[in-house]
Amino acid sequence: MPLILDHVSQVYNADTETPVRALDDVSLVLPEGQFIGIIGHTGSGKSTLVQHLNGLMLPTSGNVYYNGRDIADKDFNKKELRKHVGLVFQYPEHQLFETDVFADVCFGPKNMGLSKKEAELAAFDALRKVDFPNELYYASVFELSGGQKRRAAIAGVLAMKPDFLVLDEPTAGLDPVGRYEILDMVSALHKESGMTIILVSHSMEDVARYVERVIVMDRGKVAFDDTPREVFTHGEELEAMGLGIPESTRIARMLKAKGIGVDPDVLTVTEAADSIYAAVTGKDK
Amino acid sequence: MDIVKAENLVFEYIRRDEEGNPTDVTTALDHVNIDVRQGEFIGILGHNGSGKSTFAKHLNAILYPTEGTVYVGGMNTMDDDKLWDVRSCAGMVFQNPDNQIIGQVVEEDVGFGPENLGVPTKEIWERVEESLRAVGMLEYRKKSPNKLSGGQKQRVSIAGVLAMHPKCIVLDEPTAMLDPSGRKEVVRAIRGLNDVEKMTVILITHYMDEVVHADRIFVMDKGKVVMQGTPREIFADVPTLEKLRLDVPGPTRIAWELKKKGLPLPDGILTAEELVKEIKKCR
Repeated sequence: MPLILDHVSQVYNADTETPVRALDDVSLVLPEGQFIGIIGHTGSGKSTLVQHLNGLMLPTSGNVYYNGRDIADKDFNKKELRKHVGLVFQYPEHQLFETDVFADVCFGPKNMGLSKKEAELAAFDALRKVDFPNELYYASVFELSGGQKRRAAIAGVLAMKPDFLVLDEPTAGLDPVGRYEILDMVSALHKESGMTIILVSHSMEDVARYVERVIVMDRGKVAFDDTPREVFTHGEELEAMGLGIPESTRIARMLKAKGIGVDPDVLTVTEAADSIYAAVTGKDK
Repeated sequence: MDIVKAENLVFEYIRRDEEGNPTDVTTALDHVNIDVRQGEFIGILGHNGSGKSTFAKHLNAILYPTEGTVYVGGMNTMDDDKLWDVRSCAGMVFQNPDNQIIGQVVEEDVGFGPENLGVPTKEIWERVEESLRAVGMLEYRKKSPNKLSGGQKQRVSIAGVLAMHPKCIVLDEPTAMLDPSGRKEVVRAIRGLNDVEKMTVILITHYMDEVVHADRIFVMDKGKVVMQGTPREIFADVPTLEKLRLDVPGPTRIAWELKKKGLPLPDGILTAEELVKEIKKCR
């Protein structure tokens, strides 16, 4: 079932002289099965936006619909919604609190009312999906590396078997290989289970490489909503919003400006290298 | 003179069970030798858990060596009488700006350090002004830190350290929590400190593009220094960096891919401008 945001606004300090429009008339359809990236500089409204997706915040005007129902309705079951829309915050390892990894991952499904056995099965399944090393299932969370903590935290949300997985900068603070490992894992989850992934990111490279749709937030509004290739044709506007374009795209455009026949819309290192090679040698690949 | 000199530095964590009996010893730093000369810009790279931050914490005596010696400004960090001199010689900036700012007003926050050192009031204000100017934040001096962006807060943190007149500034992943424009601001401020103010800079980071202008880079793995050299030397060796869970700057990566295909490009291209220039030569 899609999540639908219909003219959603979130205004803080509405009755004062300086109201803050954190979200300003945002309308979006987030269907099942997409891999979506959300970008925007700090304060653009992206974190406020994701908190509306599972009812942590309710709009001050406009509506959020899930399963055809308004999530702000008094008789709408928010607990049920949070089962379907899992949110992983920034630095989620700060939220690990149980004595060992397995107990921590079991907490969510148990809290949802599953039996001990069902919760444990869900936890095993989730830890397997995030490629968590078997020998560390009963390790203390303090013994884990940065990337392992991140996986454990994501598994805790996956164990509730959500249809939507929202990840707020899941790679912040990880080393380069750790970043790719987490994003490859998330990408595999998307491909294998068809789960909708919503990735909030500061990295244009990551968005270009992984997602199929980019939503660009700027001053509480949706500035662009399209494929990465389309969105990154708007280099100057993105620059003005404190964002940018992937470095590979930038280099291709610099070469194009120098009269070398490179495709200016390449997104990744591989695409850039292929296009530059073809332009310089006249050969493909 | 060497501002920082680590000689055969070893640091061990001892793990204990619930009764406090030692169960395991982890060697976080394993015979590290790093020397930093006055005015240098040094980059330190390494994956999570490689020992970079543990090394940084030795530079202002938050941690002490298990073996070996660390000299900062010629002083042994083990020398208790010199603790405050060591700390005012090497100033630290950390990842999260929100944990480092305490003042209600930007200029008060920056003045806190020198005031604490007992600097006379008139000189405190001079230092506040020059420090904020050095990081491009002078016009925000009367603002509340709460109203600033991440990049601006981090520049205020840097100014706070500068105001204590250190000889060397150590930054431990100062941009990890910032958005792209915040990162750019902070990196520009750090480069300015080194270029204009001749401040010795030690920058620990996971972003390869932040150290392409460094004088020298040290790469750490499992508590050891496993590579050292100029950025051009370090980033020429893509396979080794990948094995160390690291990356190379974007332009270097594209050049590497093109070389594999057979384009005659030189090793160690670091910036987009260099890459474009070299590709034009290939035509």
